[in-house]
Amino acid sequence: MSAQAPPQFAIDPKRLLAMRGGHTGALGLEYRDHGADWAELALPYRDDLVGDPATGVLASGPILSMMDVATAIAIWLRRGAFLPQATLDLRIDYLRGSRPGQAVIGRGECYRITRSIGFVRGQAHDGDPADPIAHVAGTFMFTDPPQ
Amino acid sequence: MTLPPYADWLGLTVEREGAGPPVLAMPFSARVLGRPGFLHGGALGGLLEMAAVLALRDALGDEAARVKPINVTIDFMRGGREKTTCAQGRVTRLGTRVANVEATAWQDDRDIAIAVAHMNYRLVRD
Repeated sequence: MSAQAPPQFAIDPKRLLAMRGGHTGALGLEYRDHGADWAELALPYRDDLVGDPATGVLASGPILSMMDVATAIAIWLRRGAFLPQATLDLRIDYLRGSRPGQAVIGRGECYRITRSIGFVRGQAHDGDPADPIAHVAGTFMFTDPPQ
Repeated sequence: MTLPPYADWLGLTVEREGAGPPVLAMPFSARVLGRPGFLHGGALGGLLEMAAVLALRDALGDEAARVKPINVTIDFMRGGREKTTCAQGRVTRLGTRVANVEATAWQDDRDIAIAVAHMNYRLVRD
């Protein structure tokens, strides 16, 4: 099948997360919900992902990973196909530390696509969406041949 | 130097070289795999953040100060491959309340960066 063949399957983020090995699987990222251009994942709290043993606050790395995955899935949903892409840049503002013991919920949205770039944004919280712990903005580069 | 649980989980080890900030090494494993054949951007970001905070700790020396990340911006320049990745931070400004830190990640050649992070930290000095 050529890289330019039209998509054969609808994007199913729930199935995608369930199948996922590698970093996504090792972090234990879970599917929560999705729409036409967004996906919401969860990172369950784990002692081995702590960044500061004195406080029990999760390291920022796993949250960054979850937001990278959630925003990547948002692009696949918006493009309606599982096409190759790579993160070009990602910026995270850490608004406050997450609460020890709490799962972190991350919602990624693709708000714009061009021929070669996907623009994404997102937020993470630990229970109350109105009290976020992180805000994310980023871009992805499409690595499939231009249509 | 003791690393936090997350750094151990990533498999990071410290390779101090000379008097500069510590160099961190992250071995390749299924745990840091992204799309097939490539390092996950999140794992690479996690490594860069750890290198940045260690550089800051190194610059602070014996001074007791709490370090809180304000933000991070990461440029991914090349796909990381299935091999060991190294990273080193560099404090560009150590102020009273804020520190600016950059961190670079590379694989075979340290002059060929695969990703660069820029971080701002809030310092709470005792």
